[in-house]
Amino acid sequence: LLHNLPQGFSFENTRRNAVLEANLSEKGYSAPNARKTGTTIAGLIFKDGVILGADTRATDDMVVADKNCMKIHYISLSETFFTLPGVAADADVTTQMMSSNVELHSLSTGRPPLVAMVTRQLKQMLFRYQGHIGSSLIVGGVDVNGPQLYSIYPHGSYDKLPFLTMGSGAASAISVFEDRYKPNMELEEAKQLVRDAITAGIFCDLGSGSNVDLCVITDKTVDYLRGYDQPVQKGMRGGTYRYKPGTTAVLTKTVTPLPLDVVDESVQVMDTE
Amino acid sequence: MKEYHYTGPVEHKFSPYAFNGGTVLAVAGEDFALVASDTRLSEGYSIHSRDSPKCYKLTDTTVIGCSGFHGDCLTLTKIIEARLKMYKHSNNKNMTSGAIAAMLSTILYGRRFFPYYVYNIIGGLDEEGRGAVYSFDPVGSYQRDTYKAGGSASAMLQPLLDNQIGFKNMENVEQVPLSLEKAVQLVKDVFISAAERDVYTGDALKICIITKEGVREEIVPLRKD
Repeated sequence: LLHNLPQGFSFENTRRNAVLEANLSEKGYSAPNARKTGTTIAGLIFKDGVILGADTRATDDMVVADKNCMKIHYISLSETFFTLPGVAADADVTTQMMSSNVELHSLSTGRPPLVAMVTRQLKQMLFRYQGHIGSSLIVGGVDVNGPQLYSIYPHGSYDKLPFLTMGSGAASAISVFEDRYKPNMELEEAKQLVRDAITAGIFCDLGSGSNVDLCVITDKTVDYLRGYDQPVQKGMRGGTYRYKPGTTAVLTKTVTPLPLDVVDESVQVMDTE
Repeated sequence: MKEYHYTGPVEHKFSPYAFNGGTVLAVAGEDFALVASDTRLSEGYSIHSRDSPKCYKLTDTTVIGCSGFHGDCLTLTKIIEARLKMYKHSNNKNMTSGAIAAMLSTILYGRRFFPYYVYNIIGGLDEEGRGAVYSFDPVGSYQRDTYKAGGSASAMLQPLLDNQIGFKNMENVEQVPLSLEKAVQLVKDVFISAAERDVYTGDALKICIITKEGVREEIVPLRKD
């Protein structure tokens, strides 16, 4: 039974979709577009390394699905790489796959992994899937060649730049970078700049919101600052909405006693420090 | 045979409508009515304005909330205000809430084949001084309600109102009629929750409180992200 399950992407509907689109366009309508899920992500290179930033809102068709999701993922903890998934659910699997590949590759070469290696593997995979995997990523890290920042698009193209933004809030964030970015900034100034860029996306883009996550990567350390800033506070509700017991109607009630015997008892003290 | 994989230039048809977001809510009480709306005007993923309320005062006893396509909201309210003046000059009295509702239905149906893309909710006091809410669809179908939510977060708000005001799905609960203070607090709380999950709702909340003393406004800030 298992070998009958379809594997990989299903292209069953492509013919039907092409016919539908042709029929629609001759009547003057257009087919619905795949929606870009909202996000603002940004990265920049400063004096000692790389800072990556992201908002924490995950949307599902203009409704907030997750108010505090993590968009910054580890690829290689020991060698200080991180990747920022941009705009699709493919991100989780992509980063997990990259994490194993990086480990295998560096074992095979006997050298610490390079950011360029991660970028090349990602872009080769994405190109192979011809854009059907809808991940846009920012990869940032520090290796023997210094701090580097790459952005990779779903069809497999990449850019190597000193500062980058992606997602639906990219325009808001890049305007902040274009105004205030300087090469070789100090840590605090750089953190503030990335925070401000993500905040611009949070306020001006409907697809982005909630908190700012930052990740500071230098050759020596990795600082994952989850919830670095909370520019928006949730409103305080005034009324109480607790239900008294008995509010929900009980339609039927069945009690099945389970006779149990105590066989073994052991106590484990929890470490609550 | 017809070629179905079209890769040449595509002509995009001009759409006369846009969706500008926004949520509207109206509640009728024993001797008051509330009409509330958020103040965010958006389009696509952008915000046009953080201060564009969707409640429009028509008379001392009636307020209308309009959400949907902002262009049609503005035109529709202009038309309603003009018709109100015409009625006043012909009949030497102000229109009652019920009369405005009936008139709006005919105005909307007059554009049955190129509708006003507006979701309307009228809140006001009827001739006996009791609260009245009338809710509409874009082509003029309407009914009198006790409470109604319309606009982008309506699907999130309506079930909560059904529970808290209509006492639906609850047993052993004393069905006290809603007081003005409780209703205002409920409306604020309900919009705070809507702003958490609906991207089109936020920035600020404007509540128009209609009593026999007239129309009072209250503005409450909401999430701006």
